[in-house]
Amino acid sequence: MTGTKAVDLLSSYDSGVYFDELFGKPGMEAAHTALIRERLAAIDFDDLRRRAADVERELYNLGITFLVYSEKDAVDRILPFDIIPRVISAQEWAHLEAGVQQRVTTLNLFLHDIYHDQKILKDGIIPPELVLGNANFRPQMVGLDIPHNTYIHIMGVDLVRDRYGTFRVLEDNGRVPSGVSYVVENRHMMQRIFPDLMQGIGIRPVDNYGHKLLEALYEIAPASAGGDPQGALLSPGAYNSAYFEHIFLAREMGVPLVEGRDLVVENDRVYMKTTDGLSPVHSIYRRLGDDFLDPKAFNPDSLLGVPGIFDAYRKGNVALANAIGTGVADDKAVYCYVPRMIKYYLDQDPIIPNVDTRICREPDALRYTLDHLDELVVKPVGEAGGYGITIGPRATKAELEDCRAKLLADPANYISQPVVDLSVCPTMVNDGIEPRHVDLRPFAITGSKTWVLPGGLTRVALKKGTLIVNSSQGGGSKDTWVLEDRA
Amino acid sequence: MNLLARYAECIFWMARYMERAENLARILDVQETFARDSKGDINWFSIVQLYADETAFFERYSQATAETVIQFYVLDPQNASSLTSMIRAARENARILRPWISTEMWTQLNVFYNKLLELKPKDVSARGLARICAWIKEECQTHTGITEGTFYRDQGWYFYQMGKYIERADQTTRLLDIKYHTLVPSVGETHPDGSPQDVSQWCTVLRSAAGYHAFRRVYPRGMTPATVAGFMLYNEGFPRSVVMCVRQIDGFLTRLRSRYSLRRGSEAMETVDELLGALLSRPIEAVIREGLHEYLDWVQRQLILITTEIGQAFFGLEPPAPAVESAPAPSQSQTQGQSQTQTASP
Repeated sequence: MTGTKAVDLLSSYDSGVYFDELFGKPGMEAAHTALIRERLAAIDFDDLRRRAADVERELYNLGITFLVYSEKDAVDRILPFDIIPRVISAQEWAHLEAGVQQRVTTLNLFLHDIYHDQKILKDGIIPPELVLGNANFRPQMVGLDIPHNTYIHIMGVDLVRDRYGTFRVLEDNGRVPSGVSYVVENRHMMQRIFPDLMQGIGIRPVDNYGHKLLEALYEIAPASAGGDPQGALLSPGAYNSAYFEHIFLAREMGVPLVEGRDLVVENDRVYMKTTDGLSPVHSIYRRLGDDFLDPKAFNPDSLLGVPGIFDAYRKGNVALANAIGTGVADDKAVYCYVPRMIKYYLDQDPIIPNVDTRICREPDALRYTLDHLDELVVKPVGEAGGYGITIGPRATKAELEDCRAKLLADPANYISQPVVDLSVCPTMVNDGIEPRHVDLRPFAITGSKTWVLPGGLTRVALKKGTLIVNSSQGGGSKDTWVLEDRA
Repeated sequence: MNLLARYAECIFWMARYMERAENLARILDVQETFARDSKGDINWFSIVQLYADETAFFERYSQATAETVIQFYVLDPQNASSLTSMIRAARENARILRPWISTEMWTQLNVFYNKLLELKPKDVSARGLARICAWIKEECQTHTGITEGTFYRDQGWYFYQMGKYIERADQTTRLLDIKYHTLVPSVGETHPDGSPQDVSQWCTVLRSAAGYHAFRRVYPRGMTPATVAGFMLYNEGFPRSVVMCVRQIDGFLTRLRSRYSLRRGSEAMETVDELLGALLSRPIEAVIREGLHEYLDWVQRQLILITTEIGQAFFGLEPPAPAVESAPAPSQSQTQGQSQTQTASP
């Protein structure tokens, strides 16, 4: 391969039936990437490879890693990084940004509604049992008012692009979405190894995420904090697989990274233990699930949480981001109703459509799913990280039968969707450049209003042919470039 | 902003583990090169005694040979005081402290630890030991340099310095204690100027503490147990002397409390002052006459007490139940700070 220019590799590159993020599609050529393609083609393949190796070493040395637990011990792994960027035009981004804002606004209205008047349930838009019987619905939150009526302060929306080039929402993440640290670190990496590629392109920056997050934490801080609220990031600790991200965000915001044992509640106020005794804390970005947050209010077995913090929260003495009880909004079953919610609360059509989804708790949908099992993706509603998914067209007979049995045993636990032909992006592989499937997770921050980080995390399925991009399943990531509007 | 108590403890111990690792690397290195007894053999067991590790050592090995002692102190992950274990402990603290320390401090420790993990037993044979020790020593010094050049000077800096100097003072007393008793079985019997063999042994002690040339500058001629011990305990210019270290602890603790108006820590302050006063009031001849070992043991216990009082004042540690101690004090180690909980990603 010595001396092979990327152009040679790209000229034999074939994205097949899929929409390609760098090239577009016949009839929908990606004009906005022309200069980037040209520059990429001028770089020798060995050089590309060298740069890729440099990045990998740098990520490892910097400890931009997540912990993977084996039977014996915990191992630091880097999230594989592919150096060929994913590029989004200014027009595409304007559309996506509006769509994400619409979605966040709607889910916040929905959460406020179900924890107050429950109009959407009374009006029969969503089956009440789906909400009220949901494990993530927190009755303790009913009737509680929180600043700006914002529940989901940090949201990650998983988007995929089908073979026609249409972006669709695959999943909402309104609890503790992770991955934003990689967005910022990936950009740093690219700036170090590809200054030649990025020069003069006009890429929208991503490094003010921490600042925006801190601003939101200040906006929701209790008035009693005065003009100088103390923020903190609450982490489950150094052995959490996302610990790097917790470090990253705490550092970007200049707030202490605390664990449950660093905090105490006295007289319904939250304090952290410092070298000079107890010091008040007003606003907390918590990376700890509801269940673990307060053993007195929720799971009594949790050793990670802060006893009494829910009472402090209820009395408005401390702000939590995200609010408690948001899990009911990003539930995979509730997801199916989001387009109807958008209509109900905003009287708008969804700017970014859902993937067509069938709710197996409904008899017709279950029957359809069972009849078309080999064509559909079946997902359990409660799992994260790509676990428990059956992809019909790729499953063996035995896997399909196993899936059928699970569906029949507990239909309400499943949804089904057609296989979305995820778009592809040129990706470095051992001896060349090949198409690999990607998704996109934009991040939105909401205090009094919603701000969307330009771009988001592009995850790439590094294994040939696979559609599952999750890092826990061998996925990697790419830098995501949103181009400036130069019109 | 006040420093999180747990961070303060992690910083303190990160500094201690790095200082301890550097000292151990020095001792192993010098041992291999210079420390030979009258028959020309190296007394490896003295290192085990130095760290009061006899129990732990003989649980794992039956004999103190070059091979077993080196394995025990360099690579053995089950020995909490091996170089690998100490660098791991320092790195674990650094990992917790990443929001607080500089990226460069973290990266260097991370890379250092990962390289250490790649070492195989054959890399640390007696023949390759000097090279490995020199490398470890340099990495520790790199850490010190990076810290000096990049660590933001807030409360964390003071805890770092206190940890470093408490550890350094402790290491110097240990080195002096064990060497003195290896070399001077019963005080008074030896020739006051020392036999040629003794002189070479005293050189070893000084070299372990990087003090040989400095000593020669102060005492161009001759070398006696008393001058070496006095130099290592009291010299005001030698960066590893106990007095020098305790003055530093005193200075950092005083400035920490006044600059940040910290209400706590007066007990630790008193103990430091008392220790410094005691060190400055006794000539070395009197100390040797009345028993150097007992004196060094007392210094070590005062350092342990200072650590405990700093912990109670600033790290939020409860006073422990009083313990009866009679054996030589083993090296202290961290009590909390490091996360014990393991959870899946939420």
